[in-house]
Amino acid sequence: MHTLNECEKACKVRVVKLNAKTDLKQRLISFGIMKECVIEVLELAPAKSTIEIKVGKMRIALRAQEAKLIEVEKIDDES
Amino acid sequence: MMNHEEIKSCPVIANHIKIALVGQPNVGKSMLINSVSNAHLHVGNFSGVTVDKTEVLFDYKEYHFTVVDLPGTYAFTDYTIEERVTHEYLCAESYDLIINVIDSTSLEKNLQLTAELMSMSKNMVIALNMDDEAKKENIEIDVAYMSELMGIPCVKVSAVTKNGIEDLLNAVIEVRESTAQNAKLIFSEAVEEEIATIVNYLHKHKYEAINSYRNIAINLLKNNKKTYEKLHDNPIWTELQPILIEASKHVELHHDSDDIKEAFAEEYASFNRGIVAEVLYQEVKIEKKTITEKIDSVLIHPIAGIPIFLFFMWGLFQLTFEIGSIPMDWIDAFFGWLGDTVGATIANDDIRSLVVDGIIAGVGAVILFVPNIIILFIGIALLESTGYMSRVAFLLDGFFHKFGMHGQSFIPLVTGFGCSIPAYMSARILKNDRDRLLTLFIIGFMSCGARLPVYVLFIGAFFAPEMAGNILFAIYIGGAMLGMIAAKILKMTAFQGEDEPFVMEMPKYRLPSLKLIWHTVLTKTMMYLKKAGTFIAAASMLVWFLSNYPKNLFLENEYTSKIEAVQAEKSKITLENKLAEVLLEQSYLGQIGKFIEPAFAPLGFDWKMSVALQTGLAAKEVVVSTLGVLYALGSDVDAQNNSLISAISKNISFASAMSFIVVIMIYLPCLAASIVFTREAGGVKYFFYLFTFTSVIAYSMAFITYQIASMFS
Repeated sequence: MHTLNECEKACKVRVVKLNAKTDLKQRLISFGIMKECVIEVLELAPAKSTIEIKVGKMRIALRAQEAKLIEVEKIDDES
Repeated sequence: MMNHEEIKSCPVIANHIKIALVGQPNVGKSMLINSVSNAHLHVGNFSGVTVDKTEVLFDYKEYHFTVVDLPGTYAFTDYTIEERVTHEYLCAESYDLIINVIDSTSLEKNLQLTAELMSMSKNMVIALNMDDEAKKENIEIDVAYMSELMGIPCVKVSAVTKNGIEDLLNAVIEVRESTAQNAKLIFSEAVEEEIATIVNYLHKHKYEAINSYRNIAINLLKNNKKTYEKLHDNPIWTELQPILIEASKHVELHHDSDDIKEAFAEEYASFNRGIVAEVLYQEVKIEKKTITEKIDSVLIHPIAGIPIFLFFMWGLFQLTFEIGSIPMDWIDAFFGWLGDTVGATIANDDIRSLVVDGIIAGVGAVILFVPNIIILFIGIALLESTGYMSRVAFLLDGFFHKFGMHGQSFIPLVTGFGCSIPAYMSARILKNDRDRLLTLFIIGFMSCGARLPVYVLFIGAFFAPEMAGNILFAIYIGGAMLGMIAAKILKMTAFQGEDEPFVMEMPKYRLPSLKLIWHTVLTKTMMYLKKAGTFIAAASMLVWFLSNYPKNLFLENEYTSKIEAVQAEKSKITLENKLAEVLLEQSYLGQIGKFIEPAFAPLGFDWKMSVALQTGLAAKEVVVSTLGVLYALGSDVDAQNNSLISAISKNISFASAMSFIVVIMIYLPCLAASIVFTREAGGVKYFFYLFTFTSVIAYSMAFITYQIASMFS
């Protein structure tokens, strides 16, 4: 099982599960990060401490430790 | 005509429409409100919190409109103060209808909030803003169909081109004049089934309610506290409860989640996907990089990003303190002139001193910072409205998080090197309470410009000129490092607990609107003048009183006759200075200084240094002039004054001087800054925390410094 913080730049994944606690989960959901949604990793800050992702049309920054709570699976084909 | 007075006393008249303006952040809400012509802006605070509240009043057709601009919110969570304010306002305040502002270029994401608003069963109009941008991106939205599908009037508007504003107002009037709206929020089969079960049950028992049964059912399924409380005391509850438990299980099973809120978010999302699929047409997506992504690849580049940011900051501070100092000189000169002119018209010495040295000087000190504040806030408003601020947080969070702070803490902290007052105010960019408070406590460690004269004076007295620059640099860096350590300590003690998560939107880059920036800067400046001005004026009068009273006529007469007796101009000045010194020594301030002298003895301070520290509480610049008075040189001294430098190196030991510098670096910021701090932190108790925190650190660090320095000298 992968988590979002393990992804490299430009990688595309699908969310499987949110392991965050209630407050943070609400926050993620309000940003459109929920089950089944597709995430693209756009940019990584130095030392991978922060990552920038794209969900739908929205770009979101989050810390590696929050990204760790998002379980994802790789999307195989590039179509 | 007979009820003329009634109208005056009661503003809520028949054709008054009160609107709550709601939307996600960065959808151009404030710009929309600004684009209504002939509008009066009314600016204040939401009660109890430091969140700006803008109300806009205007007339259109036969109606008086009041629009309350609520802070941007992604969803009904209480994550930031802004979201809490919006949520509470929507639930508790009275208003006629909601205008939900939506960014047309990002419909699906924005509708997530709309769905939550729809479940509140309030009347609503949807404003599809940024229509101009949507056209550029070849996005077409069928508003008529969308209105029909959602049961809510949807209107295309553009705050930039001012198109559609009238349509929006007409739609508002129409909704106001019609009866209750029927928003069509449709859920998945599983949820609809359970809603129907609950609605049937309520029907059967003829439950009396203002809201529709459907609404109550939805709220019950969503675990809405208030709805539960209402039903809890009702006899039907005992039978309803098992039905609800069963219903929740069904919904949770359907969504494969044990979190009902998550389940509902997914419900909303799929409803929204449906709407978007029906009403939105976009010509084939061009899979090229958007402009924002292109800019981002430079501005948040892993290597170039931080230097670029530092360059922007350097530019901003150059502007703030270089250009800002020009009008500052004028303001200073103006208040000097005003003091002299007004002073000349007052015969009574005491009253003149109160007006000139107390009130005018005090108020002048407040207004003196206005140019700095204006320039800095223009800069910050630019950074925020272009969308760059989020990138800053992205770049710097890794570093600041190590010390328990947030990436955006950087801006208030760096501002603190100029002046703590705008620094405290700019801490508002931190949306999370705990992050903001922690940053507020650390700002004081960044040595502000007003402390520079003190450092220059003492360095000049104890170090060789070629060393001076290095020592000064060491003081500034030392303070900043100490601040970082203090932040870490605070984080591990007072602000203990889990880290606040860092999840933030990186909005699209946008060109800033001049009008909007002007408006924000004006608002912030007025608030500073209004609130800080009154307090600071009062407090500087208090300091003036403490340093001028009680009067001692005997001493005054004695010295006046002495001064008259001597001939030489030089000895006259010496005597006048001596008089100032003895008067200050026996004033309340001097008495306090003498009283607390034993407490400062372990730091190597005499009573004069103790008093200088206290007057420094009024303003750090005053430390130098107080020392000037106390070492009998007259108050017209500055840091470059050679006789003061030599007086200090003669009278103060090296160890005492070093510990004095340490105290100046750390202890409580000046009065004006302390007041702004108290207001931004949100309560007097925080002032006492700050006082204790800085005093303890200052005292212990100074003690250590004194002991070590004593060993070497």
